[in-house]
Amino acid sequence: MFYRENGQFKISYSKDQALLTISQDKFFIFALVAFSLLIVPFIASDYWLTAILIPFLVFTLAALGLNILTGYAGQLSLGTAAFMAVGAYAAYNFQIRVPNIPIIFSFIGGGLIAAAVGVLFGLPSLRIRGFYLAVATLAAQFFIPWLLIKVEWFSNYNPSGVITTPPVTFFGFIIDTPVSKYIFILVIVILLTILAKNLIRSKIGRSWMAVRDMDIAAEVIGIPIMKTKLIAFAVSSFYCGVAGAVYAFLYLGSVEPDGFNIDLSFRILFMIIIGGIGSVMGSYFGAAFITLLPILLENIIHFLAVALSITISSAVTSVLQLLIFGALIIFFLIVEPHGLARLWSILKEKLRLWPFPY
Amino acid sequence: MTFFLEVLIGGLLSGVMYSLVALGFVLIYKASGVFNFAQGAMVFFAALSFVGIQINFGLSFWPTLMVVIILMIIVGVLTEKFVLRPLVNQPQITLFMATIGLTFFLEGLAQLVWGTDVHPLDIGIEDAPIEFILDRFDMVISAFDLFAAIISGTLVVSLAIFFQVTKIGRALRAVADDHQAALSIGIPLKQIWAIVWSVAGFVALVAGLMWGSRNGVQFALTFVALKALPVLIIGGFDSVLGAILGGLIIGALEKLAEVYIGPMLGGGIEGWFAYVAALLFLLIRPEGMFGEKKIDRI
Repeated sequence: MFYRENGQFKISYSKDQALLTISQDKFFIFALVAFSLLIVPFIASDYWLTAILIPFLVFTLAALGLNILTGYAGQLSLGTAAFMAVGAYAAYNFQIRVPNIPIIFSFIGGGLIAAAVGVLFGLPSLRIRGFYLAVATLAAQFFIPWLLIKVEWFSNYNPSGVITTPPVTFFGFIIDTPVSKYIFILVIVILLTILAKNLIRSKIGRSWMAVRDMDIAAEVIGIPIMKTKLIAFAVSSFYCGVAGAVYAFLYLGSVEPDGFNIDLSFRILFMIIIGGIGSVMGSYFGAAFITLLPILLENIIHFLAVALSITISSAVTSVLQLLIFGALIIFFLIVEPHGLARLWSILKEKLRLWPFPY
Repeated sequence: MTFFLEVLIGGLLSGVMYSLVALGFVLIYKASGVFNFAQGAMVFFAALSFVGIQINFGLSFWPTLMVVIILMIIVGVLTEKFVLRPLVNQPQITLFMATIGLTFFLEGLAQLVWGTDVHPLDIGIEDAPIEFILDRFDMVISAFDLFAAIISGTLVVSLAIFFQVTKIGRALRAVADDHQAALSIGIPLKQIWAIVWSVAGFVALVAGLMWGSRNGVQFALTFVALKALPVLIIGGFDSVLGAILGGLIIGALEKLAEVYIGPMLGGGIEGWFAYVAALLFLLIRPEGMFGEKKIDRI
């Protein structure tokens, strides 16, 4: 009843090819964008912006990148954090070494360098598949942070490899308040989401899915495997690189190579699995879930400790958090292996039929 | 030359310890097709439980060992029941993620019960050079390394015999070959999985004791699993022999590289060298040394 598409005719080719064809979708997405751009900055507290919304957006970007590679092109990667590190350090070097470079060009440059590195580490995918590839991408995960520490040029001769990003200015505006950072990242995320949506339904996106479903069959029908896989690595690493740059410049402000460790890679992998593999919407859901869950758990444990008037040390809290996090992930995989995006489509189906059962 | 041999032998001996961890992966991958990332957490869980029981209940070595073996069997059976069985027929990546969830769960549980402190673990073997070899050949070979290698070797041989000779072992290999065919001739899949996870738990316990007495029982033990992954690449995920040889190769290469190439690159290369070596190896042989070569059909 609420989500009916009958009566909405596509009367021109451009309407048929629109990104959002159903008016309810259009309304919902525009309302959401308007809400997050125009209303959230006024109602959200600084804590919400810096501790929840900004990391959520950064991780969405990284999850989007990994989802392109793993969800759409079917190449499992455990090196996401390393590509983020490349993006962060490349953007930093563009920013301090090229005089007066606009920040946007630094971010894009960081993304492009990450893409080049991604292609390099994507080369083994031409010969190996599945978990062998996943372990091979771990080579990137361990090699790149080591290189960033060893070659001091990357961190402008800081012996520990820590970079502290210069202040970000955009056409004369200094972006230093949580609100301005939030809006800046939000615009980047929206633009890159639209790009991803369009890439996925273009020729290259369809080739990715063909390769994912069966690469030999794809090759037989004339899809160039090598090109397709490497483009997937490049695009994915570009997204991760931009995410890394944003992570360094607008979220943390100061990062070290060891911060981009395998735990971060796993977190992003969790996001796309919990959110939904092969779904742009799922990247958002997954990023929100994984960002919010630890905070929620911490609050619940704290609340229970106060309610039962027992003291729980911070070590026990973090261990308990780990335990519950692990159990919840298994639970989610069992009840909904296709991720939160699947729940979303079930909800849409229900809204379409309501109030009738079928 | 002596120095080279010393480094080589030291590498080979520590490689055996990698094999031990890799073996746990191979067992589970062979029987259930699950890439069990939780193997490292199981190593940690086993070692920490061992130390915890020893300290808190004052048991001596052998009774503790029995208790922890039973504990690991319980972990294996529960994993089968609550993680694997509900996820039957899901894609491999889902199962992989579930084992990462299991990793967090086991790490959290072990530390919740036994605390987060670093514990020393003494299994009665000193990490000192063997005097006989030191005198004779002027080489420093650690007695502990040799002992660990012998234990691992014994374990591997007995597992190989177990798989070749016993009825359970044969059923296990049948399941590894083809789940459905095994089911159709009446092999109880669930029991086999529970057994494999228990055996993997036992292997994890042995690995945990070895690594724990070498480095102390601490959270870093879980990273041992990451060290075993290049071994798996080189050996192939489904070959016991590959895990052993892969471990030896990685151990030797890593030590040699650390000594001879490391100084050139400014040190600290042991974190990634094994991976890059495995990666190069894969470019030549994509299915590993002994992995089954897949013929694709459309």
